[in-house]
Amino acid sequence: MSKYDREQILRTSGVNVLKCMRCGKCSATCPSYDEMEYHPHQFVYMVEKGEIEPLLQSKSLYKCLSCFACVERCPRGVEPAKLVEAVRLQVIRQQGMNHLKPDDIPALLDDDLPQQAIVTALRKYSK
Amino acid sequence: MNFSYYPGCTLKNKAQDLDRWARLSAEALGIHLEELETWQCCGGAYSMGKDEIASKLASVRALQAAKEKGQDLVTLCSACHNVLKQANDAMANDPDFSLRANNYMALDTPYKGETKVIHYLELLRDVVGFDNLKKAVKNPLKGKKIAAYYGCLLLRPGKVMQMDNPENPRIMEDFIRAIGAEPVLWANRNECCGGYAVLEDKAIAVKKSTAVMDNAADQQAEMLITACPLCLYNLTKNSASETRLPVKYFTELLAEALGVKE
Ligand code: SF4
Ligand code: SF4
Repeated sequence: MSKYDREQILRTSGVNVLKCMRCGKCSATCPSYDEMEYHPHQFVYMVEKGEIEPLLQSKSLYKCLSCFACVERCPRGVEPAKLVEAVRLQVIRQQGMNHLKPDDIPALLDDDLPQQAIVTALRKYSK
Repeated sequence: MNFSYYPGCTLKNKAQDLDRWARLSAEALGIHLEELETWQCCGGAYSMGKDEIASKLASVRALQAAKEKGQDLVTLCSACHNVLKQANDAMANDPDFSLRANNYMALDTPYKGETKVIHYLELLRDVVGFDNLKKAVKNPLKGKKIAAYYGCLLLRPGKVMQMDNPENPRIMEDFIRAIGAEPVLWANRNECCGGYAVLEDKAIAVKKSTAVMDNAADQQAEMLITACPLCLYNLTKNSASETRLPVKYFTELLAEALGVKE
């Protein structure tokens, strides 16, 4: 399973993990660093090593804000956010694994919340 | 001059002001924004997966509609702009995705990223020109110290967005000068507000928005401007900063300066 997951994640993300020089800049600039158990640079080397299972289980998948800071600031053009997204897709593409369900949403709304927040969260957390 | 215009879902709902002031100001500047006849929600975030096809089709359809009209496509919401621009880049430069998306679309001539997507700020800078904008200003916002908040989506990824230097931008600061006000320089102008995570993890949004607001206040800003409804929401509703600076859409200040805000 894990070998298959690794290949699928690499294919979905288009990321070349071998380009990473482990400088940690992606993690240093990540606005969700404190909230993450595995940080962007760890996604890169854990996928490289095939340590996929802990990533699939981790809540860190839902802490990425898709802010593209790591993509912009990686000196090697690795684009870690694409890897985080591919791992998350690997999870939520499975039946019954949606992180956010439409039924959860009404309770989360307030009068000012822009529609953008709802559609984006659904796109990121559900399939 | 006529342009195709993609407002997006939020500008039809909670962010109607962002849209309204933009249209009125454009008319005052001799530009007509023609809303695309049919458009669908862009989804708010670009699906980065290379094998994600369906979630990008709404963008591709909008891009194709502008191509058919032979017009550049103007966007306003930072998120829509980011999504459309990244989808356009994929149609032009990712042959596998482009082929699969075109198979869905079944057009007579495949779409290959021909439409030029420009953000409203680029319209002001590159079509109107900030010098001309300055001349058109009737009520300069003299002496107002304004912090330009770019957030994450307007500028990144820089190699696709190509609006400005992603780490040291000036387009919004130049806009502020053109309407007669004074831009404040500050560090957090292109850091994230917490974004959509607010829906299920408010703590992140509170933390990030507070950092942004604190930094703007430290630099003596009197207000912040943004092009993003979600940034505006997070900064006004979720900042725990002691200073609660007003956060406004840049189009509102534009309309004010042009004297079209009734
Ligand atoms: S910034 Fe780039 S090169 Fe450095 S650790 Fe992150 S992915 Fe690797
Ligand atoms: S895109 Fe995600 S992983 Fe990358 S810096 Fe932003 S929050 Fe962190």
